[in-house]
Amino acid sequence: MIIVGGGGTGAALTYDLSLRGIEVTLLERGELTSGTTGRHHGQLHCGARYAVQDTEIGRECMEENATLRRIAPGSIEFNYGLFVAITEEDEQYCDTFLPACAACGIPTRVLAPKRALAMEPNLNPKLRLAVQVPDGSMDAWRLALQFFASARYNGADIRSFCEVVGLNLSSGSAVGTQSRVTGVRIRDYRSREEYNLEADLVINATGAWSKRIALLAGIDISVSPSPGTMVAVKGRLTNMVISRLHPAGEGDIIVPQRNLSIIGTTQWLAKDPDSIETPEEDVEEMLRLAAEMVPAFKDAPFHTAWSAARPLVGETNAAGLRALSRDFSLIDHSGSDGVERFLSILGGKATTLRAMAEITADRACEQLGIQASCSTAEHPLRPARSFYSAHAQGAPASRINAGSEERIV
Amino acid sequence: MSQPTITFRVFRFRAGDPDSARFEEATLPVNETTTVLDVLERLRGGDPPLMYRHSCHHGSCGTCACRINGRERLACTTRVLDLDAKVVTVEPLRKLQPVGDLVVDPVDFFREYPSEWQTLRGSEWQPEASPPVDLPGFTRLENCIECGACVSACPVENFLGPAVLAGLNRERANHPGKEAQLLELAECDRGVWKCKRALECSRVCPTGVYPARHIQELRKKLEQ
Repeated sequence: MIIVGGGGTGAALTYDLSLRGIEVTLLERGELTSGTTGRHHGQLHCGARYAVQDTEIGRECMEENATLRRIAPGSIEFNYGLFVAITEEDEQYCDTFLPACAACGIPTRVLAPKRALAMEPNLNPKLRLAVQVPDGSMDAWRLALQFFASARYNGADIRSFCEVVGLNLSSGSAVGTQSRVTGVRIRDYRSREEYNLEADLVINATGAWSKRIALLAGIDISVSPSPGTMVAVKGRLTNMVISRLHPAGEGDIIVPQRNLSIIGTTQWLAKDPDSIETPEEDVEEMLRLAAEMVPAFKDAPFHTAWSAARPLVGETNAAGLRALSRDFSLIDHSGSDGVERFLSILGGKATTLRAMAEITADRACEQLGIQASCSTAEHPLRPARSFYSAHAQGAPASRINAGSEERIV
Repeated sequence: MSQPTITFRVFRFRAGDPDSARFEEATLPVNETTTVLDVLERLRGGDPPLMYRHSCHHGSCGTCACRINGRERLACTTRVLDLDAKVVTVEPLRKLQPVGDLVVDPVDFFREYPSEWQTLRGSEWQPEASPPVDLPGFTRLENCIECGACVSACPVENFLGPAVLAGLNRERANHPGKEAQLLELAECDRGVWKCKRALECSRVCPTGVYPARHIQELRKKLEQ
């Protein structure tokens, strides 16, 4: 099988398939996780943010939160999170929030202001109450790399700087039969050459770029890049994830990581996921909203601002799209699109990447009649560093001195 | 008000073809917030496509380290106008195997860096705070983002390198039980005694690891 796209979804999917004993190749046009995954906010959700809107998503996040802490503890700062009520309205929202969390199986602990301030001295001293939940922070790059390292250990072939520039199709042999994807055409940035690679099944896991890949098979899927802005200040102003106790909105989550504090996020629609510029006005607004929860944000030295393009699934062909969870979509293109052996996986959250991969791998195996079940929740992942230390690369590049201009002219 | 324009000289190179090495120039308008990584993103669509590493865009992953005007920096957090130069030259890190354009292979870096060394430490932020009753204490990820900047900047050859020795000293702090074994590694032929105290590692480190201090601490410990 071939997976196109080296983000979190591709990472978890490649690992899942490799554990099932399937020969799998992952292709990514740039560095691994150079699209959306690496740039995400870094929150390990417990689901509380979604509990009021959608019990199923809340429950899924809580389950996956516990699973990731078990299989990838080295990439996670698990310090819990606080939902803070600043206004009377926030406080009233608690009556909706707590039962919703309970329905998702998310443990909560209501804290008086004094206790919350003892845990997090930088919180707005005017807070009315706080609710402790099992949120955490993750290193988006290293978590994905743990999946890639484990996949590679199981024999998966992971190729970065290899762009899929074509999908090879065989037309149906008899009238009425469907065309079938038989492989991909690859542009290898290293060798600057193109070549074909065959596969029994191709899975498009390119997120905000998936429209582009599907078009290579003549299929139009409705996905829009929907970026969100994140702003980081220097200094770890809190140890815990801080969220505003109100209905999910913009600029209401502060995720600390290493020695930074990151406030996010917003949402807008973009045309091209490759050219996204962070709106200047978003930066001011994020910092203002962060300071409502943690006033020290106002004076903290600015670090950087950036945007990540989530894939927003638009109008979809009902026959072709099967929503397996309300949060993400798996499209089997053999439906109304008439192309066999080609799947697209869209959406989802970084916290639920393993579960998304499980459902997608199940479907892929079913298509090919492979009897193998998922075991990714049962084994600890290999350390991120082992992605580089435990493998032999292909033919070594000839050593030239790239160090000095004079010597290369 | 017209935007300032800056000339970028970006190193291009195809693996296995030394004759392909050259600098490609582009002159682009920038503003106060434009980073070197933003510029690489704008140049990516060329033919052949530009190879560069990037992931988090906020100084957390460590993939985008390269040499910018001769000094090791993260492309994502280096603002072009802060360089105070009309011409900005971007080259790959030194000492690691070149793969193509700005990309180097981190394999040689991680060959020296044991993958099992701990990635987390106790958090020193808000020391007066009491953690939730469910936790023994607050934790955070270690400072080192394994970007390779210090290795590239270090003038010493045939050396375990600043990042690994700093990591070794942190591993001692995290696991006092491994002290003897770690110190043995620190004083090997390629260990702390090879350091010439150039301090380049501490100068270029983007996350304040100060590897030179860790090396100094290890030397003191070994001299005791």
